[in-house]
Amino acid sequence: MGYKTDYARVHGLGAAGEGVTHWWRQRLSSIALIPLTLLFLFPFASALGEGHEAVLALYGDMRHALVAVLMIVVTFWHLAQGLQVVIEDYVHSKVARTALLLVNTFANFALGAAGVLAVATILFGA
Amino acid sequence: MVQLTLPKNSQIRTGKTWPKPEGASNLRTFRIYRWNPDDGENPRVDTYHVDMDSCGPMVLDAIIKIKNEIDPTLTFRRSCREGICGSCAMNIDGINTLACTYGMDEIKGDVKIYPLPHMPVVKDLIPDLTHFYAQHASIMPWLETKSNTPEKEWRQSIEDREKLDGLYECVMCACCSTSCPSYWWNGDQYLGPAALLHAYRWVIDSRDEATGERLDDLHDPFKLYRCHTIMNCAKSCPKGLNPAKAIGELKKLMVERTM
Repeated sequence: MGYKTDYARVHGLGAAGEGVTHWWRQRLSSIALIPLTLLFLFPFASALGEGHEAVLALYGDMRHALVAVLMIVVTFWHLAQGLQVVIEDYVHSKVARTALLLVNTFANFALGAAGVLAVATILFGA
Repeated sequence: MVQLTLPKNSQIRTGKTWPKPEGASNLRTFRIYRWNPDDGENPRVDTYHVDMDSCGPMVLDAIIKIKNEIDPTLTFRRSCREGICGSCAMNIDGINTLACTYGMDEIKGDVKIYPLPHMPVVKDLIPDLTHFYAQHASIMPWLETKSNTPEKEWRQSIEDREKLDGLYECVMCACCSTSCPSYWWNGDQYLGPAALLHAYRWVIDSRDEATGERLDDLHDPFKLYRCHTIMNCAKSCPKGLNPAKAIGELKKLMVERTM
């Protein structure tokens, strides 16, 4: 409890001066994902069931590899932003919230990097 | 985590069924949330029967009749009985609305009445709106100017005045904010639809000279950006306003001033 006034409680530490960038980037990444998802899925669907060689041939092509890399980067970027909002909404313990926000950032970076590396491996034939 | 179940001492029990009025043929059943901070009991839902032949058409008419004729301990706020003061906001038939303007003909079956959701309860149907009012005060709900005060008045064109339509009508009943899940989970920091609608009302007032400072005060992941356009606010507003749209306009202005 304590004797803080309601007005002081509402003001808290003041406005963080943050939010618009996150909000704008979330919309940018959503818009980017519309064409990227389509460009990624159609060639991918045609290679589905065609075996290992067909997939290697698909991502051996620079254009398809570029779309796949962009798709992976933007997806995990968007996912990190979205999950951040979910965690901020629902997790109220400061320790758990900070830990989950860290895990969210690191996991999405790691998964995105793994995806990019996989495509690069095929493209450069390592 | 957010609390999804009621704590033990807030769980609602079945309450008293009050006797039916004698000689009445057109009865309607009301199930009303009751909680008294002084008796140490859990909240309960009492059942009342009202003779509709001698009752007005609005929900407020019925609860005033219950208080006058059946149970004088039933506690609720009311004042203007015409949708202007915002006092009688409560959850009726699952919707946050004003009891004075909500007709009983819109409700099928029993009339269920609870206080506005997710607010501390003072007694029965009265929520504690202290924090809600402090949030409203925090957005500076007044004309803020730096120029010398004109001799007569701050002038405004008809077009600029029209921009305030759909905003100035808000009566601060709290139906919108208490219907918003984001406000339920983060109401301590998130200003909620009502305060943000008022914030926008002053941001776009052509006479105001603190637009930038107002936007600075809102630029925060919690104060403003907890709005996820769920739209419960617009659905519940008994005045037909759209707080979600006002919040959307604030977000657009936030982007606009960075470009």
